[in-house]
Amino acid sequence: MSKREVSFTVNGAAHTVSVYPMERLLDVLRCELRLTGTKEGCGEGECGSCSVLMNGELVNSCLVPVLQAEGATIATIEGLAGESGLHPVQQAFLKCGGAQCGICTPGMVMATVHLLGHTPAPTMEQVREGLGGNLCRCTGYTRIFDAVLEAAGSRK
Amino acid sequence: MRAHPSEYELVAPGSLPAVLELLAREPGSWMPIAGGTELMVQYGAGKLGARKLVSLWGLPELRSIESSEQELLIGAGCTYTDLRNDPVVAQQFPLLARAASWTGSIANQNRGTLGGNIVNGSPAADSLPALLVYEADLLLASARGTRRIPYVEFHTGYKQNNLAADEIIRAIALQPRFAAYHSYTRKVGTRNAQAIAKLCLAGLGKVSGNRIKDVRLAIGSMAVTPVRLRRTEETLLGRPWSAALISEARQALEAEVAPIDDVRSTALYRLHVAGNLLHEFLEGLFA
Repeated sequence: MSKREVSFTVNGAAHTVSVYPMERLLDVLRCELRLTGTKEGCGEGECGSCSVLMNGELVNSCLVPVLQAEGATIATIEGLAGESGLHPVQQAFLKCGGAQCGICTPGMVMATVHLLGHTPAPTMEQVREGLGGNLCRCTGYTRIFDAVLEAAGSRK
Repeated sequence: MRAHPSEYELVAPGSLPAVLELLAREPGSWMPIAGGTELMVQYGAGKLGARKLVSLWGLPELRSIESSEQELLIGAGCTYTDLRNDPVVAQQFPLLARAASWTGSIANQNRGTLGGNIVNGSPAADSLPALLVYEADLLLASARGTRRIPYVEFHTGYKQNNLAADEIIRAIALQPRFAAYHSYTRKVGTRNAQAIAKLCLAGLGKVSGNRIKDVRLAIGSMAVTPVRLRRTEETLLGRPWSAALISEARQALEAEVAPIDDVRSTALYRLHVAGNLLHEFLEGLFA
C-alpha cells in the first residue's frame, strides 16, 4: 500500500500529511506534526496516555487509523494553553499537584477537558468515570481527582 | 512487534452502497473496521491477520437510532456513547444502556460500536447478554439485499458467526415489549472501567399471582459465546418463590452451561458466581 494524503485540523491549524492509511493517529501527531505532548503508554486503548479530542470526543489516538481522521477536528494537549497562559484545567493540575512523572498527565488533562465540556459540575463518581480510562502509576488518583474538581470550581 | 503500516491497505469508500459493492466484488478479502477498539489492538500487537481493511467509521447509514411503535432500529455503527445518550434506549432497554455504560472507558465508548462488538463475538462482551434477553434481530446487508435473523442464531462458535463473506451487520432491531418487566444485570469484574467481565448476567422477568409468568436469562463470559439460558428459564417458568426454586434454578444453570477457564477467572468461580447472580435476580423479581 502506498502513502496518500490525509487532511485534518489540529489545534485550529489545517494540516495535510502524506501517510499510510493504517498509521496510528498517535504516530502521525508525534512523528509528522512533532506534537509529542500526546504520549504512548500501552498502545492498546487501556491507559489513556494518548487521549486526544477528535471532533470533540475523547479518543485513544493509538486506536485511530489516520485515514479515519480525514476531515476531523483534533485537539491535543499543545492546543490548550493560550496567549493568556495555561488552560484552567492545567492550572488546576499544577495547583493540586495532580502530576508526578508526567506521562499520564496530557491524557488526564484531555479527559478532564472532555468531562467538563459535557458535565461542568461533576460529582466525584462522574470524575471517576470520566477519567476511568486514564491510568497513573505514580501519584495515585486523589490529587488528580482534586484537580478535576478544582477546575470545575467545586473542590471543598 | 507491530507490523509496518505499509503492509496494510485501508480504504474508506464513504457510503454503505460503495462498501457493499467492494465486499461483493472481492468477497472475503476485505475486513470491515469501525471504531478500531478491537482490530487496532490486534494491529498494535502485530496480530492482525487481515491485510486489506475497509472503513465503516462515520457512515451515516449505520449511525442512526430510529424509533417506531414496532421497533427500535439501532444502526450497527452506533457507538456506546450513542446508546448511552439515546432516551428510548434508556427508557425501553435499560439493560442495554447499563451495559453500554460499563463497556471499556469513555474513550472506548466514543469509538466502539455495537455492530463491531457483535461481529467480534467476544464471549465477554458486555452488551450481548442484554441483546439476547431482549430477543434482538440483526439486519444483515450485502449488495444482494438485506436479510433479518434472530441474534440468538448469529454466533456459531468461539469468534465464529453466520455472516456471509460479502455481508455486514447494518442494524440491530429491538421490540419495545419489555417495559413492564423486572430487569436485572450485573457485571462481575476486577474494576468498573476497562476491566473485561469475569461474568455478566442479564435477566428479564414478570411475576403475576406470585408465579413467574415470563423469564429470560442470558450470560456472558461463561461459555465460548454469550448464551441464552433456556433450560434455566424453563425451570423457573410458572413457579412461585421458594428456597427449593433457587437451588433447582442453580442446578439447571450449572447443567446447561459449559464454563470456560481463562486468564480472567476459573470455570468453578464462574459457575458459583453465576448461581449467586441468578439468586439475586430472583430475589429482585419477587421483591
